[in-house]
Amino acid sequence: MGGLTSNARDQHELSALARVRRALLYFTVGSLRRHPLLRFTLRRVGQGIVTLLAASVVIFVGTSVVPGSPATALLGHQANPKAIAAIDHRLGYDKPIVQRYFQWLDNAVQGNLGNSAIEVAQGADNSPVWAAIRSPFIDTIILALITMLLLMPLSLLIGLVAGITAGRWPDQVFSTATLIFLALPEFVVGAILIAIFFVWLDVLPPVSLLAPGKLPFSDPKALVMPVLTLLAVSLAWTVRMIRIGTISVLRTDYVQMARLQGISERRVLRRYVLRNALAPSVQVFALSMQYLLGGVIVTETVFNYPGVGSQLVNAVTSHDDTEVQAIALILAAIYIAINVVADLIVMFLVPKLRTEA
Amino acid sequence: MEGDTVVSEVASTLLGVENLSVTLENGRPIVQDVSFTLAAGETFGLVGESGSGKTTTALALLGFARPGMRIVSGDVEIRGERVALHDEGAARQLRGRLVSHVPQDPATNLNPALRISESIADVYKAHRGSEGADGAVRRALERVHLPVTSDFLRRFPHQLSGGQQQRVLIACALVCEPALLVLDEPTTGLDVVTQAHILQEIEHLHRERDLAMIYVSHDLAVISQIAERVSVMYGGVLVEEGPTREVLTRPRHPYTLGLARSIPTHTVLHRRLHGIPGVAVGGVQTGCPFEPRCEQRVARCGVEAPPLERVGASVVRCFESHRTPPLGVTDQIAIGQRANGAPVLSVEDLLAVHQHQGRTVVAANSVSFTVGVGECVALVGESGSGKTTIARTIAGLHKPAGGRIVLAGEELAASARDRPRALRRRCQIIFQNPFESLNPTRRVIDEVMRPAFTLRGLSSSQGREEAGELLSRVRLPDRLAERYPAELSGGERQRVAIARALIAQPDLLVCDEITSALDVSVQAAVIELLVELREELGLSLLFITHNLGVVASIADRVLILNRGEICEEGVVDDVFVTPRNPYTIELLEAAPSLHIAAQ
Amino acid sequence: MRIFRFARTGRGKAGIIVLGFVLGVALIGPLVAPYDPAALVSAPDLTPSRAFPLGTDALGRDVLSRVLWGGRSVVWLALAATVGAFAIGTAIGLVAGYSRSLVDPVLMRTVDVILSFPPLLFFLIVATSVGTSELTLIVGIAIVLAPGIARIVYSATRETSVRGFVEAAVARGESTSAILRREILPNILDSIIANFGLTVTFSVLLVAAVNFLGLGLQPPAANWALMISENRDAIAINVWATVAPAAMIAALTVGVNLLGDAVSHTLGRSDIGAPAITRVEGT
Repeated sequence: MGGLTSNARDQHELSALARVRRALLYFTVGSLRRHPLLRFTLRRVGQGIVTLLAASVVIFVGTSVVPGSPATALLGHQANPKAIAAIDHRLGYDKPIVQRYFQWLDNAVQGNLGNSAIEVAQGADNSPVWAAIRSPFIDTIILALITMLLLMPLSLLIGLVAGITAGRWPDQVFSTATLIFLALPEFVVGAILIAIFFVWLDVLPPVSLLAPGKLPFSDPKALVMPVLTLLAVSLAWTVRMIRIGTISVLRTDYVQMARLQGISERRVLRRYVLRNALAPSVQVFALSMQYLLGGVIVTETVFNYPGVGSQLVNAVTSHDDTEVQAIALILAAIYIAINVVADLIVMFLVPKLRTEA
Repeated sequence: MEGDTVVSEVASTLLGVENLSVTLENGRPIVQDVSFTLAAGETFGLVGESGSGKTTTALALLGFARPGMRIVSGDVEIRGERVALHDEGAARQLRGRLVSHVPQDPATNLNPALRISESIADVYKAHRGSEGADGAVRRALERVHLPVTSDFLRRFPHQLSGGQQQRVLIACALVCEPALLVLDEPTTGLDVVTQAHILQEIEHLHRERDLAMIYVSHDLAVISQIAERVSVMYGGVLVEEGPTREVLTRPRHPYTLGLARSIPTHTVLHRRLHGIPGVAVGGVQTGCPFEPRCEQRVARCGVEAPPLERVGASVVRCFESHRTPPLGVTDQIAIGQRANGAPVLSVEDLLAVHQHQGRTVVAANSVSFTVGVGECVALVGESGSGKTTIARTIAGLHKPAGGRIVLAGEELAASARDRPRALRRRCQIIFQNPFESLNPTRRVIDEVMRPAFTLRGLSSSQGREEAGELLSRVRLPDRLAERYPAELSGGERQRVAIARALIAQPDLLVCDEITSALDVSVQAAVIELLVELREELGLSLLFITHNLGVVASIADRVLILNRGEICEEGVVDDVFVTPRNPYTIELLEAAPSLHIAAQ
Repeated sequence: MRIFRFARTGRGKAGIIVLGFVLGVALIGPLVAPYDPAALVSAPDLTPSRAFPLGTDALGRDVLSRVLWGGRSVVWLALAATVGAFAIGTAIGLVAGYSRSLVDPVLMRTVDVILSFPPLLFFLIVATSVGTSELTLIVGIAIVLAPGIARIVYSATRETSVRGFVEAAVARGESTSAILRREILPNILDSIIANFGLTVTFSVLLVAAVNFLGLGLQPPAANWALMISENRDAIAINVWATVAPAAMIAALTVGVNLLGDAVSHTLGRSDIGAPAITRVEGT
């Protein structure tokens, strides 16, 4: 390169840069084209974000349909309109709704979930919502995780057995039992469990009172009944769905073909039935996780479990807009994320979808 | 019934089936007392239509009964081993090892989660253990002429074409070197050209290793090409069996005769097809199952079940087989005289596209053709060639991207709704799937009446009267007029669809593969009906199909469509006898033809 | 009628008996209740006695009377919400399913967004500002349940609209409303009815949950779900104040579910497109 003039050297460098840039572009676009998996992942995640944005609009609008509610909740409907207006001003409710939405969204993305509306209305300067809900969220997640850990193997086992023995007595028992359990509201199951384990047997506490800040593991007895309650209903759902999935796989042509080829029944069950019945079960578990998100609301209330569900109910009754918005937004985000992750896992598991994406 | 087995002329009997009977759980018979024998290296055809019990028989040879069915009796003797088929545990020993099965639809019969090498290896390991599995898999793939590369071995079923999938299933069937291969309509789901290739493959195997095969099919043309002996089943009973040439040129049983007269073949032009009157009904227990539809029946036939009797080189199950007329001179259909004057339909530079799995496919690329008054024009092509899209565009169900369609001198709007009532009336379309063409929640006569109201403004009573007349004309039994479609067979439903189209008094009838989903004899009956109606009413027909035999029978002119373009057109006599375009030649060669004349 | 065959199945019979009992209590109960459900008749939390067969509740009211009165609101709210959900959901599903224009994605994306919330959460969000009343309860739950129905009606409509007889009607130039009314709706009724049982079950569950959380009827109203939350703390003293209403709700939901399952099973097995018994095809 020494023989080149500085001008030519600049030219050379510039074209090198251009080449690098072009190579980068080719690499990313090319890899997108060569890797349908990547394309699909990006598209699916994108869809999820769009849905979350739409959900955020619903959340914000839903809580603001009737403005001024924290104020009226605190002061009562007969209160002095001037007092109400003053509180509204403190909360920023006199600004146009679209502006408030974007402000809220902007803050949320940066991690600031706002201040508790009720606290601010009562004169506090700062009462970050996140601090109030952080610990309950952890408690709820622990509850949900423990339930899922028990749910997955149990439902697979029972669902597969029910599907394989379809029509015979084990299946009849499971089918009827699940039909009954999935109709029961969580608070009914909870009330009956309390009646059995507390009133009658006196082995478990009726409420799950935990000292604030301490993890549920410090008092495992407090977890037993909430988990059992959540399990009772969600297990009924998942078992039914896995059962139906198993039955439909058992009816396929390729299972019949394997039998016609003389392959042993054990092998048929393992390689032909199980493998193909498992993929849909990912969706089933995703659905059950989503169900749990809703189920905790009632279950935590029944047992006074200090999770985000009972927190939400309190916030709703006291008309604390900001707290409701924050909890709802996080729950919705988790809900949508579960969907996206489940779709991606199914994509990885099912070879056919991989090449068609 | 005692099993009168026929010992074939070839020396060693490889397989003997005796008294095979299969019933439903409630006792109704599906297969009654079927017996036959097979020699080593022989290909035996098993022919029948829906309800004949042929598939059930094929499965029962492996000791397999579908859910809801039971094998009640039957012994099979193969390579000296005797197995009772109703004992599933014992029969299971046969599968894959002595007798293998090749199914109809390859796509759904392969485990989607396994690579094809694993699928084939599974069958080997089930009978021979893991030793030598790899070698066996490779040898099996070589036998069916599939690549033995590691890339191909690692593929999943959905990454293969239909023809390749079928070859994989044949490889699975051969990997343990069984004595007998049972093939159940293995080419039905494939396009004509691929069908021909798979058939070649099968013929190759036949010659190569003295493999005995039982080929189950409804297609006599295919059977005539590859089977040395054939047996015909009807209503669960074996009605005739013998050397293929004998059975096809001089059928003894009235049903076999009816079947032979209904098969279209593209080597005989303008041959009138005849259907068999009546509808197939299964599970008959007294007398001959064909008796209700038989033209030769006597009182005895309804009461006593005929035994198998030898006639010449065949056996027949009929009391009156001596009265069965010979196949006879085929009567011809008069070629529609092309009336001078303006054509009924004129398609000019039609451009039509549709979406298929996310991609845009050009179904019609500047396609032009005409249909004259009283003419029958056939539009032929493979699936995906665009013929259905063209039909739907003419009917106003699909928006074209360019070109014009002129009906009776007036240009047609793209959407049916935008066309004036008078024009909508003059062009009627009939669809392929008989099970979807009628509203399940409406009675047959009400369904037929509807166009009379919407397109001709008739009153309810007038419409009903005409509908009743038309239903008689399409030979639908009177009692079915007030029923719901669920109680009608496929052929009956298509007749209703025809009646519904006719009540509008159209000039042009567009028939989109209307017989492709029907049994051979039912197809012949429907086509027979159409030909009659055309002669009576002077209808013009645009007949869309992929079956060249039907074209040869019914059409005056033919258009060959290849990937959206008309590659050849002309009078049927010219195109079929002296085809010019290579694609036309390929189609004509691949189509199976009944080798009657040659024999 | 074909539909009533469900009454012969084991589940159908069990469902009819259980549901019959519960509905009997809910509808006729108020006529035979010994005391006014809001009246303070004695000391709180008394165990069962001759005067008060189920004891008294936390405030001193007769539990039996409150149980007899407490079903009406649950049943009527759940029914009203279900009817609303079906009306909205079917309309949306039909229109979106048949349309080939932008209407389809717009409607169905909105449905998807609502479905992206846990049902109770959505209701709670709205309840935050609108507050609680019988009307909000019914409308809110109807809106929560409608998307599920819309989805089912949508896919059934799409499936049906490509079938031959619908295309034949389009080719005849029939109007959209005629096609929806005569061709499509009669053929998707089965899917709708099959889901009726499940939807009513959900509706009851939601109504009960909302009332339990205190966001529905307010005291002193007699409502089974509300009773459970009111008497929970004193469960050790008079267990019947909690268990009796709990058992009634359980009976209601289980009965509805058993019946709904029996109905959809019967419909599933009735082959609309299948050949008649004498024809054995595909052998």
